[in-house]
Amino acid sequence: MSINWQAFTLYAAVSALTGGFMIGLAAVWLAWANGRIAGISGILGHVVELIVQQKREPFGWRIAFLVGLIGAPVVWAFFAALPASVQQTGSVGLVVGGVLVGLGTRYANGCTSGHGICGLSRFSMRSLIAVCSFMGSAVITVYVLRHLLGVSV
Amino acid sequence: MSRGMQWLTAGLAGLLLGMGLILSGMANPAKVIGFLDVAGSWDPSLGLVMGGGLVVGSIGFALLKKQPKTLSGEPLNLPISRKIDLRLILGSVLFGIGWGVTGICPGPGLVLLGAGIPEGVLYVASLLAGMTLYSLIEKLRHSA
Repeated sequence: MSINWQAFTLYAAVSALTGGFMIGLAAVWLAWANGRIAGISGILGHVVELIVQQKREPFGWRIAFLVGLIGAPVVWAFFAALPASVQQTGSVGLVVGGVLVGLGTRYANGCTSGHGICGLSRFSMRSLIAVCSFMGSAVITVYVLRHLLGVSV
Repeated sequence: MSRGMQWLTAGLAGLLLGMGLILSGMANPAKVIGFLDVAGSWDPSLGLVMGGGLVVGSIGFALLKKQPKTLSGEPLNLPISRKIDLRLILGSVLFGIGWGVTGICPGPGLVLLGAGIPEGVLYVASLLAGMTLYSLIEKLRHSA
């Protein structure tokens, strides 16, 4: 292992930590204000579930949350330039990866936000197992693709 | 709290979360993959996102546990499941594979969509397809 000091600058570290504080604050705020867990895959997946199952249940707060999230870059761009976002994955990878994330997070009942931030903050053993599983498989996936198969991801 | 206020507080939570994802670098797939690539030239930055989120989150959730009253008057709707089963582990493993391939987890995917980045649009469409597939499989399983 070698540290990529070109990417891991003081600026990047402070931005990451500050962004982390904001994400934690957003999660606590949604729990305090609405009594809900800020798990993106759960919120999005529940809307899909309600449509597929044709259930009638209030989902306005979910839509409002998603609108806020999707609108964040629009609001950001209004005040300042968006930081660089470099895309490396081709169409096939995005489709396969996206479907796997959709299926996997629904079966696991959570993703990086629900299990990673909210679950670990609540010291949930279930979330700890989930986080170790997805971090582990993500690290192995990148290793296999990049270092064994030489695919440029 | 009125329904409109609940939508407003939820919308603000989404907005703040999205801003945090943008600032932190989580909405930059190349940076996420650089964090996951521990065997290569490793960029540890995103560990600090988790660290920062957990510091605020653990204090906040501890306070909420002591005083479980929400602003809206709605009950504090926290997950109660403690089940550790194959579904949890295999689901997480599948999610990790998809995250490793794309460098995008669901939140940042929606942020990239909002930024109008074509890769974000394709990712979210596929994400929704995966979630729909799950709901259809579960619907069939329960009606069978």
